[in-house]
Amino acid sequence: MNFPEELKYTDSHEWVKMLDEQTALIGLTEYAQSELGDLVFVNLPEVDTELSAGEAMADVESVKAVSDVYSPVTGRVEEVNEELLDHPEFINETPYDSWLVKAADIADTVTLLSAEEYAELVEKEQQ
Amino acid sequence: MQLITEKGREGRGLSLLPPCDVERVRPDEADCRKLPLGMPAVSETEISRHYSALARRTHGVNDGFYPLGSCTMKYNPKVDEEAAALPGFTKVHPLQPVETVQGCMEVLYLAEKYLCEITGMAAMTFQPAAGAHGEFTGLLLIKAWHHSRGDEKRTKIIVPDSAHGTNPASAAMAGFTVVNVPSAPDGSVDLNALRKAVGEDTAGLMLTNPNTVGMFDENILEITKIVHEAGGLNYYDGANLNAVMGIARPGDMGFDVVHLNLHKTFATPHGGGGPGSGPVGCKEILTPFLPGARVMRKENGSYGWTGGEQTIGSVKAFYGNFLVVVRALTYILTLGREGIPEASRNAVLNANYLREKIKDAYPMAYDGLCMHEFVVSLEEWKDKYGVTALDAAKALLDHGIHPPTMYFPLIVHEALMFEPTETESRETLDEAADALLEIARLAQTDPEALHASPRTTPIGRPDEVGAARHPVLRG
Repeated sequence: MNFPEELKYTDSHEWVKMLDEQTALIGLTEYAQSELGDLVFVNLPEVDTELSAGEAMADVESVKAVSDVYSPVTGRVEEVNEELLDHPEFINETPYDSWLVKAADIADTVTLLSAEEYAELVEKEQQ
Repeated sequence: MQLITEKGREGRGLSLLPPCDVERVRPDEADCRKLPLGMPAVSETEISRHYSALARRTHGVNDGFYPLGSCTMKYNPKVDEEAAALPGFTKVHPLQPVETVQGCMEVLYLAEKYLCEITGMAAMTFQPAAGAHGEFTGLLLIKAWHHSRGDEKRTKIIVPDSAHGTNPASAAMAGFTVVNVPSAPDGSVDLNALRKAVGEDTAGLMLTNPNTVGMFDENILEITKIVHEAGGLNYYDGANLNAVMGIARPGDMGFDVVHLNLHKTFATPHGGGGPGSGPVGCKEILTPFLPGARVMRKENGSYGWTGGEQTIGSVKAFYGNFLVVVRALTYILTLGREGIPEASRNAVLNANYLREKIKDAYPMAYDGLCMHEFVVSLEEWKDKYGVTALDAAKALLDHGIHPPTMYFPLIVHEALMFEPTETESRETLDEAADALLEIARLAQTDPEALHASPRTTPIGRPDEVGAARHPVLRG
């Protein structure tokens, strides 16, 4: 399974791409999308919503279940990827191009994992 | 298949409907519809064939085995229907003077009394229309209790990660924040995680016992004590009561408020969209907050209404789905003090019998004896043979068996959850086990056969993803 080196990860299966010190793109990992199965609906926050690290910020729905997406950062929603509203399958097809939220004014983050650390976590979960 | 409105011809009718005995009036022209109503105009032959055709396209408890985990699809005795159809129960109105409906009042009184005895509660309301509505009502009771004590900082409800999705949803609807606690590896509540989760902001805990993976949580007294000591209350989701009714009581386990699904545990038809009944029982501390009016027995033996001054207000009109309560009371009286626990014992026995018969072919998610249901995980099948829980479920349809619950609980991957219930014979369980073993054999030798199933149903495999992504809501 592919976990790009340049991204950071959370133990709740989001990826974070820091654009600069206070701005980041946030999405779901390949492992997350494979566990969720075919996504049929994405619920994104409104622009300017305050984000708290570790709290739910969005939810995704597959044929199996609805799951929360947790914000890895404390900050503010600068932009959401509206394309996903009509095409939730993009998260299944290209998880690392399909960011959900662009966060700005980042003041804090949850503990972020390197690609290697995240790969270990996934391996443990699969056992 | 044609809709009923697409059948028949204008002017056709039937004698099933009684003639209109209300005087015809012509409303003002402005209030009249511009277009005709589009009512079906069919003959009796057409209507009876229409419904028979619809019935052939479904699978109910009357058609065959229905081990849909967590749903308790037991056989519903026909005597319950007979009681619910009695004119004394059907030809009444909730606004009738109380002296003219004493029989109905006695039904509510007795049902409350017996269900309180079974659950170990002090009082019960029949207003909630079904399970999730009961959860919502129960949580409002918990909130009202905290607020009545001037304690408004308790905003969190603790829910284990194995819970039914309705638990966190009901808590959120009732205005609480949901705190998820992980399960221990054996599926029980992780006591350390629970100790860490409770605090001054804990309003309560929501739990089923036996839990969602079909195991009785042996730490239950410790769990409810931890929550009580933190100042919270314990809520019992009655979804799995069928395993313990008449044997172990939620009230004795330390729960303060419970909801029951009369339509599941107490044998009234469900799965077709209702009506259900989700009565909520509570200990004495919560009784003043119960919604609506309850029946009380006066000294002279007649029945009247009573209600608490601190009531949270009505959650449904009048007394809930009354005829479901009639069915449940008939069921309880038919089984009696010995029959109720015997039903639970047989539900547990049947689940363990089926589990034992298939356990070498189906990897069990949890070891040891189960209660009324058990969960298998087909993750290994998926990796080895490319056969998923969905494939196994679809293949069962070709054996005339309703599939078990799939992909639930979420903490078990490729889950299938079997709940045979007490009303299935040994022969039925043997046949189901044979069908399941045959499917397990095909998974290894001919996975394509399973991918191609079902072959015998009116609809094969609907495109669930396509339907959810691009729903066509109007033809």
